[in-house]
Amino acid sequence: MLETLAQAVINGLLIGGIYALVSIGVTLIFGVVKIVNFAQGEFVMIGMYLSFFLATQFGIDPVVSLVVTMPVLFVVGVLIQHFLIRRVLGQNDMPQIFLTFALSLLLVNLSLMLFTANYRTVHTWYSDEALHIGGLYIPLAKLFAFALAMVLSAALWIFLHTTDLGKAMRAAAQNRDVAMLMGINPNRVFCVALGVALALAGAAGSLLMPFYPAYPLVGQVFVLMAFVAVVLGTLGNVPGALVASLMMGVAESLGIQFIGADSGLIVVFLMLLLTLALRPSGLAGGRAR
Amino acid sequence: MLLELDGVSASYGSVPAIGRVSIMVGEGEAVGLLGANGAGKSTTLRAISGLVRLSAGSITFDGTRLAAMAPHKISELGIAHVPEGRQVFPEMSVQENLEVGSYAPRAKPERARSLELVYGIFPRLAERRRQLAGTMSGGEQQMLAVGRGLMLKPRLLMLDEPSLGLAPVMTDVTFEKIQEIHKLGTAILLVEQNVSRALTLVARAYVLESGRVIMQGKSAELANNKDVQTAYLGI
Repeated sequence: MLETLAQAVINGLLIGGIYALVSIGVTLIFGVVKIVNFAQGEFVMIGMYLSFFLATQFGIDPVVSLVVTMPVLFVVGVLIQHFLIRRVLGQNDMPQIFLTFALSLLLVNLSLMLFTANYRTVHTWYSDEALHIGGLYIPLAKLFAFALAMVLSAALWIFLHTTDLGKAMRAAAQNRDVAMLMGINPNRVFCVALGVALALAGAAGSLLMPFYPAYPLVGQVFVLMAFVAVVLGTLGNVPGALVASLMMGVAESLGIQFIGADSGLIVVFLMLLLTLALRPSGLAGGRAR
Repeated sequence: MLLELDGVSASYGSVPAIGRVSIMVGEGEAVGLLGANGAGKSTTLRAISGLVRLSAGSITFDGTRLAAMAPHKISELGIAHVPEGRQVFPEMSVQENLEVGSYAPRAKPERARSLELVYGIFPRLAERRRQLAGTMSGGEQQMLAVGRGLMLKPRLLMLDEPSLGLAPVMTDVTFEKIQEIHKLGTAILLVEQNVSRALTLVARAYVLESGRVIMQGKSAELANNKDVQTAYLGI
């Protein structure tokens, strides 16, 4: 029993790392640009396909390929901010809400056309390997994904807290007008926020590829979890999103273990409902950190 | 003239906020912008720093026309705007707030020296440099907002109601500090509802009412003016 519980917690934490990469991106964009990016999951999908092609065409390991997917998606993020989101900022809610929603639909259907609905998988030397510690089973691919997700989250935190650009992003998130008075160019900061968020989504895609299939709708699995984590962790709060993602991974895994394989998400959505009803500002409270 | 507003009008949507405001601030001069709540003082400052678009008139700073410049470009010229209600970055430490204050290229190379200057003027901030700005008292946040403005190495420091919400003792301290900053050679444009306090600090002042300049003159003249006395000084 105790071992089953421990195994479920480990499974949850491991996948929670991936949720964290997606939700940190969503919360960063919301905190800085004040836009909800409904298309964040589609950038995970693009990261997966990119890694899939790098693996099948050039034999590059998916985890290694994040040195390509991250910069590529960073540039995509900058372009999306510069050419699309910038146009709807300052307008009424309608275009702000539906722009990224439309982008999500477009990207899903484009990938259906280009890649078909077939599942694509990459098999690596570690795809079937696992560590056995005591009676616990830790798949290597998920362990790599989790470890790198934590490294990237920490790197983002260090960027936000030690560099001038990172501090400017936090300042703009906390008070955009006053940040402008300090000489901060909001468009530049928004471009970097989109770039970093999409790079994290791309990293999530690369890290998933050794143990998860790529298909056009794959992003929806992760963006759903990301939105719950972003709300639980307080909108705009990066460490909050990280902690909430790990909690949700564990909650989902416990649900699968103790309620049923198809019912894992019940626990997650129950957590969301209770949080919204009892503590609508999220578990962390406060604002963009 | 360092700063010159010529017939500046601005509005929020269809609501006119200021109309044909003309004011000047000389190099190193301390000038007051006085008047009741809603007279258009804050809007004037927001028009100067580019947060509000002009509907008419022109603003020149040291020969450069500011109309249509973005706020981050205007601050780069050396105009620091300490906004009303302090508006520190609440989830950042005191030191981080100050560092962000010197984000502009003109100020960044001088950051270490500026920090030393600000901590010298406001020792309280030095004691609290690791504290989150949002957890400090109103007076301390006001010091931080002024200090953050100084980090820009401004040629003109615009202060919007620095005494708002402060206890009288803290107001005294704040005005002493502003005086100290002015003596270092920084031009000051001071917006205040506390007219009597403001007149002790500035050499000249403009009085705004319903978005228009209705009076201007040397501080001593204004302090002795019957209309000013009845309207703003409660004499």
